[in-house]
Amino acid sequence: MGGRESTLVLLDENGIRCDGRKVDEPRRIMIKAGGLKNADGSAYIEFGDNKILVGVFGPRDVHPKHMSNTDTGILRVRYHMEPFSVSERKNPAPSRREIEISKVIKEALLPAVILDKFPRTAVDVFIEVLQADGGTRCAALAAASVALADAGIPMRDMVAACAAGKAADTIILDVNNEEDQAGQADMPVGYMPNLDKITLLQLDGVLSPEEFKKCVKVGIDGCKIVYELQKKALQEKYFQNRGDQ
Amino acid sequence: MDNKRKYVIPGDVVTTGPYRPEQNVILEGNKIISTTIGISEIYDDSVKVISLTGKYLPQINDLVIGKVISHSSLSWELDINSCYVGFLPAQDVFGRDFSAHADELTSRLKSGDLVAARIANSDRTRDPLITIADRDLGKIDSGDLVEISPSKVPRLIGKKGSMIQTIENATEATITIGQNGWVVVTCESHEGLLKAKKAIQMVNEQAHVANLTDQVKEMLESKGES
Repeated sequence: MGGRESTLVLLDENGIRCDGRKVDEPRRIMIKAGGLKNADGSAYIEFGDNKILVGVFGPRDVHPKHMSNTDTGILRVRYHMEPFSVSERKNPAPSRREIEISKVIKEALLPAVILDKFPRTAVDVFIEVLQADGGTRCAALAAASVALADAGIPMRDMVAACAAGKAADTIILDVNNEEDQAGQADMPVGYMPNLDKITLLQLDGVLSPEEFKKCVKVGIDGCKIVYELQKKALQEKYFQNRGDQ
Repeated sequence: MDNKRKYVIPGDVVTTGPYRPEQNVILEGNKIISTTIGISEIYDDSVKVISLTGKYLPQINDLVIGKVISHSSLSWELDINSCYVGFLPAQDVFGRDFSAHADELTSRLKSGDLVAARIANSDRTRDPLITIADRDLGKIDSGDLVEISPSKVPRLIGKKGSMIQTIENATEATITIGQNGWVVVTCESHEGLLKAKKAIQMVNEQAHVANLTDQVKEMLESKGES
């Protein structure tokens, strides 16, 4: 995006962004593991004004049967936005954008999950965006990874995710809706912190090679913040009130 | 016990060095990484993580409780609370001289029946083969089914069966625990049945609490007086 003309000041002379954050400051993030009784694993995330609920089923039988793989389990992801998640009613049918995000989230989770222990089965991840405010794919990916761990799906590492971007010629962490619309670039990053590997990298906008490198670095730093919160969410559910064993 | 136990989540490095990775851990370079949420244990030469969550995976020789879903002319299919269905061949029930025309499968097991069975073979390329040809196995005629999380089955049994003995002695109930998290309780008295079920649910909900056996004992005794 070339940056739309607007009266909005994305970054003032003191280095404060339009919502009062510093350039390297993420929005308020809250993650909760569990919460849905009927799903095998679940998570809820509030990422700024994003509110996303994730449910995981599986490993379970694959329907339709022809999708199953005799060598390994398969991962299926559905990212869906509620009609009331945006200011103007969204048609609940899957849009081109939702199909794309389902695909990139699935591919960002695949390097982490170990499904070869469960051949002929499927793990289904259902992501429902209750309220959207820019950066839903990162928030959804972070929550999906917590929900998968909650379901007990074996994983090499958690997948943390955070966006970085460029607005007012400055590299910023965690792009919000206004900065996404009026800014110059948006780069979602998915990252496995312990293995130090990137599983999702997209870029919408134009960056110079130097800016690109800096943007990736800023994104990874954001992922590390998200990872600590993912860890905290799981610890709260599983290890709280446990005596020292 | 020792200070080698710790709480881990997927991706956490349990230890580094020349250990043999066992359950729920993978070797990545020289690091041993946990793949699940659980408690890690390091032994002299091996490392494992005891999982606190997840579905039941059939293992050979496990005792499970199954529910008959359907049957063909040669076999039954049983729901064993896993991602695979249990496969019970008719020969196992009728014996060697089973004949598909002469014997009617529903005469022995109908859909909905509960069966105590053992996993005879499970290699994940096919559905797990189960058998009821053993002592104490077979159709369960009476009792109540209680569902608990499969990862909490070891807690319900307790060290050397201490927990389950406590419950059985206090309520005079007979409890059959399937490794798949399904538990069948039978008891002569209605009160004992309710108490045993309550105790099992208590273990399921508070599996992480230390000294749970004493608490369960206390609950069982206090109810008896009232």
